[in-house]
Amino acid sequence: MSDIKGRIHSFQSLGTVDGPGIRFVVFMQGCNLRCGCCHNPDTWEMSAGTEYTADEILAKVLRFREYFGKKGGITLSGGEPLLQSEFAYELFDLCHQNGINTCLDTSGSIMNDSVRKLLTVTDRVLLDIKYADEDSYREYVGCTLAKPIEFLAYLNEQKIPVTLRQVIIPTLTDNEDSVNFLVDLRKKYEHVDKIELLPFRKICQVKYDEMQIDFPFAHIPAAGTDVIKILEQLLG
Amino acid sequence: MEHKNWNGFKGETWKNEINVRDFIQTNYKEYTGDDSFLAGPTARTSNLMKNVQGLFALERQFGGVLEIDTATVSSLTSYSPGYIDKDNEIIVGLQTNRPLKRGVCPFGGIRMARQACEAYGYKLSEKIEEEFHYRTTHNDGVFRAYTDEMRKARKCHVITGLPDAYGRGRIIGDYRRVALYGIDRLIEEKKNDKNALAETIFNADSTKLNEELFQQIAFLGKLKEMAAMYGFDISMPAENAREAIQWTYFAYLGAIKEQNGAAMSLGRVSTFFDIYIERDIENGVLTEEQAQELMDDFVIKLRVARHLRTPEYNELFGGDPMWITEAVGGMGEDGRTLVTKSSFRMLNTLYTLGSSPEPNLTILWSTQLPENFKRFCAKVSADTDSIQYENDDIMRPHYGDDYAIACCVSAMKLGKQMQFFGARCNLAKLLLIAINGGYDTTSGMHIGPQMDVMDAEKLDFDAVMERFDIYNQWLSRLYVNTMNVIHYMHDKYCYEKTQMALHDTEVDRLMAFGIAGLSVVADSMSAIKHADVYPVRDANGFIVDFNTVGDFPTYGNDDDRVDLIAKDLTHRVITELRKTPTYRNAEHTLSVLTITSNVMYGKNTGATPDGRKASAPFAPGANPMHNREKNGALASLNSVAKISYDDCRDGVSNTFSITPEALGKSDEERITNLVTILDGYFSKKAHHININVLNRETLMDAYENPEKYPNLTIRVSGYAVNFNKLSREQQREVISRTFHEAI
Repeated sequence: MSDIKGRIHSFQSLGTVDGPGIRFVVFMQGCNLRCGCCHNPDTWEMSAGTEYTADEILAKVLRFREYFGKKGGITLSGGEPLLQSEFAYELFDLCHQNGINTCLDTSGSIMNDSVRKLLTVTDRVLLDIKYADEDSYREYVGCTLAKPIEFLAYLNEQKIPVTLRQVIIPTLTDNEDSVNFLVDLRKKYEHVDKIELLPFRKICQVKYDEMQIDFPFAHIPAAGTDVIKILEQLLG
Repeated sequence: MEHKNWNGFKGETWKNEINVRDFIQTNYKEYTGDDSFLAGPTARTSNLMKNVQGLFALERQFGGVLEIDTATVSSLTSYSPGYIDKDNEIIVGLQTNRPLKRGVCPFGGIRMARQACEAYGYKLSEKIEEEFHYRTTHNDGVFRAYTDEMRKARKCHVITGLPDAYGRGRIIGDYRRVALYGIDRLIEEKKNDKNALAETIFNADSTKLNEELFQQIAFLGKLKEMAAMYGFDISMPAENAREAIQWTYFAYLGAIKEQNGAAMSLGRVSTFFDIYIERDIENGVLTEEQAQELMDDFVIKLRVARHLRTPEYNELFGGDPMWITEAVGGMGEDGRTLVTKSSFRMLNTLYTLGSSPEPNLTILWSTQLPENFKRFCAKVSADTDSIQYENDDIMRPHYGDDYAIACCVSAMKLGKQMQFFGARCNLAKLLLIAINGGYDTTSGMHIGPQMDVMDAEKLDFDAVMERFDIYNQWLSRLYVNTMNVIHYMHDKYCYEKTQMALHDTEVDRLMAFGIAGLSVVADSMSAIKHADVYPVRDANGFIVDFNTVGDFPTYGNDDDRVDLIAKDLTHRVITELRKTPTYRNAEHTLSVLTITSNVMYGKNTGATPDGRKASAPFAPGANPMHNREKNGALASLNSVAKISYDDCRDGVSNTFSITPEALGKSDEERITNLVTILDGYFSKKAHHININVLNRETLMDAYENPEKYPNLTIRVSGYAVNFNKLSREQQREVISRTFHEAI
């Protein structure tokens, strides 16, 4: 047992949209990106949150294993869990020792030895491909498109199942090109077995207001379910 | 013994004694397939239902009560036969001579009957007033025997909702016995029991039983007479499925004509009916469509059942409920499931006839249930918000595999156990009375042991707990004694003759106590333990509010620091209750269930240390307080699952609302997830859950535009209601509850 502690923003005991089945979702504190569409601005700050050891979180997760059924398990989200990859490794390793499926929800913007180690105990990655072009990545994310693509290539090499995810943002990603980009990635990387299009929502406005900061995409309307349905047809 | 109407049925034991369970076990066919065999409604069914919907609309226009017969005392044979549409009904029989016309049952209490009539612009007839001038009702009897302290406890609402002015209900006749054996056999068995009494010493108990048997036999006779008025001879066993359903319904109808009880539950009839239905289908005399039609027509009858109640009663139990609870599914002791095709047919009525709060369909859930049935239940929940779930795996060891649910969560062996209903005590108020040394700040009454007001500047957990124990001890004794008075008098003046005739003569009795405000007290004690709670005193030194500084764990987050306080509280209450003996040696049980009375209990309770304001509603049942759940839905379920069924054998009610989006992305996923959640929750030994899959916005829209949602059904606390039938206050409380949302 090590004394590494993870900084945690919050827990969601019933996660049905972040990975297969029912999942216990741990939102990690701290993020290296500043995406315009971010719905968790309260997870950005690195020094906030509450510290927990991997054992403490495992104890929580075990309280929910009866609900995991055949497919569920734990999902690490955030924030950016890769920023705390050593801790994440320890937690996932413990989960594996206890037969719990592990899932990582990430931007794929960081790659190093510690991340590679984490991926050895990761059963699935939910990888955000935020935009289909370099300019948008630079303007609205704060890293290059190459980062998540390299990350994806590595996942594929390691034969880790991947769900590609994209937030459908009216005027920015609610177009065929953007979605086709994902479809092409799926063709290229055989371990991508799922693509999810998530509607851009604005319920996070209250968080920005509470934090007294601007919501960069406040001017953009929420995405309707009809748009998502149309774009989903491209997924085949 | 043999009868030609039993042709094709196997087994011997049930023929030689009254034993419906043995009949079911030796004859039913378990069904593990899916719902694809189900038939839709016939044109006849749809027309009849349309007719009924029209009557419902009219009833709403008339302010909730369509018509009252103020001149007749309701009983089995006091009305001429009534029909919805005589030529188009397959199953017949109404409580009065017209659908939705309510009768008066003054034996529970004439005052209640009178007030109920007046509340809807009627006047109880002179004839009934005159007649009851010379009769003693249950209500009269209770108030003759009530002590001053009992009256005070009632008046200050520390125990409320007691069945001392109306029928107690919560008794389930084994209505199936009439179909299986016919009335003549049942009378014969009861006569044998009565004759056997001649050999005993005639003390108060046996004399009482002897007279009760006389009444039971008389009312079995009346039941036969009642059926004859509709043109049926029910003296012999039912010959086919239609008769089995009709006979069973007549028995239930007799019970609700005789008794205006708080909850008049049906039992567990689906799988029993299935045996007859399958025999008819095998004999080629019934099709699937006709089988569904029989079920539909039966359920239509249950949906038009009504009782006459006062506005005060509705404040406690909103939505005009009858709790016609039907337990569906479950597992047998031999490991076979009790799910049959008719379990599906019963649930299918929510599609063929539309969603509805009644009958109160209750799934006896086991992790061992067939997967197809689990999925169908989840689908019905997501589509209709009309069903509830109770844990068969924790009830079966206590009640066997032929038990049913009375009201919301009260399990009892059919025909072998009955319950003395005891409403609930207000645990939050008790805590405040304890802190104030026997003074209730809301009513201004001194009650209980008189002590000093707790004088600490900051409340100390151990000191408060010590105080609580003293007052819990006092209240428990008072509560049991009060219940003893009530049920003695109910047996004496308002005995359930029809229902008890459909029980074994030697019946086991349960006395069901209850608590309201569990989450308020648990959070309050947690605040006292983990934060700083400074009492705020009025000019006389009484504590009327609290200044709570700092964070404290709240119930509903799977945090043992507070969840175990909640669990411990229920243990303290039942342990103390068990110390006072009960009337007729009933077994003490406890429920954590409020129905909709959590609003009224809250209204009568001052501010609490958890930060709840004076008069604010409690959470319903065993639910965590609204919006204090910070870790999502499953953490909330885990907290409730910690309340022990051993301590709360009368049920632990949890109402759970989740948005469709939070449950999953597609219908398929939502069904799979709901099944997984139910399996998880119940494998943690939780007892009950109401499931609503809906958006808060829907309820807010229904609140503003009720005409748009005439049939909006939601589960509230152990039962379902038509949202429009709740009071405005109850509607607001339901809207303010936690909705588990996607993040």
